[in-house]
Amino acid sequence: MKSILESRTFAIGTVVLAIIVIWYGFAIVLNLPWQQSVYARADLTDVPLFQWLADLYSQQRPVLPAPHQVAVEFYTSVFQANPTTPRSLIFHAWITLSATGLGFLFGTLLGILLAVSIVHNRAMDRSLMPWVIASQTIPILAIAPMIVVVLNSVGLTGLIPKALISTYLSFFPVVVGMVKGFRSPEALHLDLLRTYHASTSQVFWKLRWPASLPFLFASMKVGVAASLVGAIVGELPTGAAGGLGSRLLAGSYYGQTTQIWAALLMAATLSAGLIVAINAIQTLTSKAMGAPA
Amino acid sequence: MSEIPSVVEAKGLGLTFETADGPVHALADVDLSIRKGEFVSFIGPSGCGKTTFLRAIADLEQPTAGTITVNGTSPAMARKDRAYGYVFQAPALYPWRTIERNVALPLEIMGYAKSDQKARIARTLELVNLKGFEKKYPWQLSGGMQQRASIARALAFDADLLLMDEPFGALDEIVRDHLNEQLLELWDKTGKTICFVTHSIPEAVYLSTKIVVMSPRPGRVTDVIESTLPRERPLDIRETPEFLEIAARVREGLRAGHSYDE
Repeated sequence: MKSILESRTFAIGTVVLAIIVIWYGFAIVLNLPWQQSVYARADLTDVPLFQWLADLYSQQRPVLPAPHQVAVEFYTSVFQANPTTPRSLIFHAWITLSATGLGFLFGTLLGILLAVSIVHNRAMDRSLMPWVIASQTIPILAIAPMIVVVLNSVGLTGLIPKALISTYLSFFPVVVGMVKGFRSPEALHLDLLRTYHASTSQVFWKLRWPASLPFLFASMKVGVAASLVGAIVGELPTGAAGGLGSRLLAGSYYGQTTQIWAALLMAATLSAGLIVAINAIQTLTSKAMGAPA
Repeated sequence: MSEIPSVVEAKGLGLTFETADGPVHALADVDLSIRKGEFVSFIGPSGCGKTTFLRAIADLEQPTAGTITVNGTSPAMARKDRAYGYVFQAPALYPWRTIERNVALPLEIMGYAKSDQKARIARTLELVNLKGFEKKYPWQLSGGMQQRASIARALAFDADLLLMDEPFGALDEIVRDHLNEQLLELWDKTGKTICFVTHSIPEAVYLSTKIVVMSPRPGRVTDVIESTLPRERPLDIRETPEFLEIAARVREGLRAGHSYDE
């Protein structure tokens, strides 16, 4: 048995604890000016230390809310609000998650398709990759509103435009990863199929596809995080329609910093959950493919 | 001997690779005839073109001069007819397939019926003494067993020609002796024509009915030795004067190609 000091939980716990301590420290520094002006207006001097701390950590609109304020906001908006109403963070998380999921699905499929055509066609290989790379140099924040507006004008609203922005971000790591993955089989493995006079599609399904799966999962993990960012960015211009993005926007309009942080916490939880899910599928797949336990 | 059909026929065969440092003459002016049922070893130092010659038979490399026929047709046609099984230096098993599924790979590609596949897998795994390892993955097997599995894979379909490129090169002496014995037995049982690339003089002499000695720069055939050893070969045949005599001639052939001077 490993000692506690070596365990992963301990390592992660230590980092989290350190972050919380630093966070509380910054909460004092950043919220102090406002608190001082409050005291000055009320003509209060010599506030006792505990009172001073309590006031600092319970401001209505802190520049940086303390961790416990975020936790309380998170708890009330997740567990106490009715999940079918916009007051609930679950409500917003679900909207974002469905756009993320759909966009991620599109993105992964598109990425795989592009990679297949790049690997099998010299012209595609030469011409497509620069465009794929160029597509990612365009700031998503700049084109997201345009995608929403353009699709809106052709009658597509709601989920699809957001999912397409997700797709736009998530297909890229899949293309890059899968091109590498499809080209990963050793020369010997390819020669072997050549001696059998195997067709291109047999080479693909019997060798290239199974050999590329580790690459697929690695790029899916990058892609799913990008998908979530895409969905949230896609929600920013749609305003009040709901989703974590609109929650963030609303929070910043009304100075509800605690609400913003709670939404960020939810976004982080979602992306962690998605990565855990992909990891689980990867473990199952590699077990089915006979990887050493 | 002329009534026995020839399987591989090379005339003035040359193969030059164009590289950044100029042309490399992997093969130059190779004349060779391999008849049905022969066990032919190719021996020579690195760069003598023995692997290249095997790959040319297999249509994995394209000759730049001369002609080569396999079963009377071009290597490309022979490959399309699935005329040969190829065993590489490394086992080249697919790690995500079990041993039986690895052996099934050529059968799946060539479209054998499921029941036929099963029978062939059972038969070839028995032939290479791997019965009971059907469900194991390659990483669960030793190097020697993996190479045997790859031989089973090359035997699973009906190719009369077996091309083996230093199949036992990476294995230790004891495993190698054992596999050599098994290979002879298999050759005797199946009556296949075998082309076998090796670095080892004893291995070449022990296995072959014909030994092709090659030398590098450019890769060429310096001697072709017809073995006088009987078909039946226990391991201790390697101590007999006849064996040592052939080995000496091989060594001389290698020396004549200046392969030891460099």
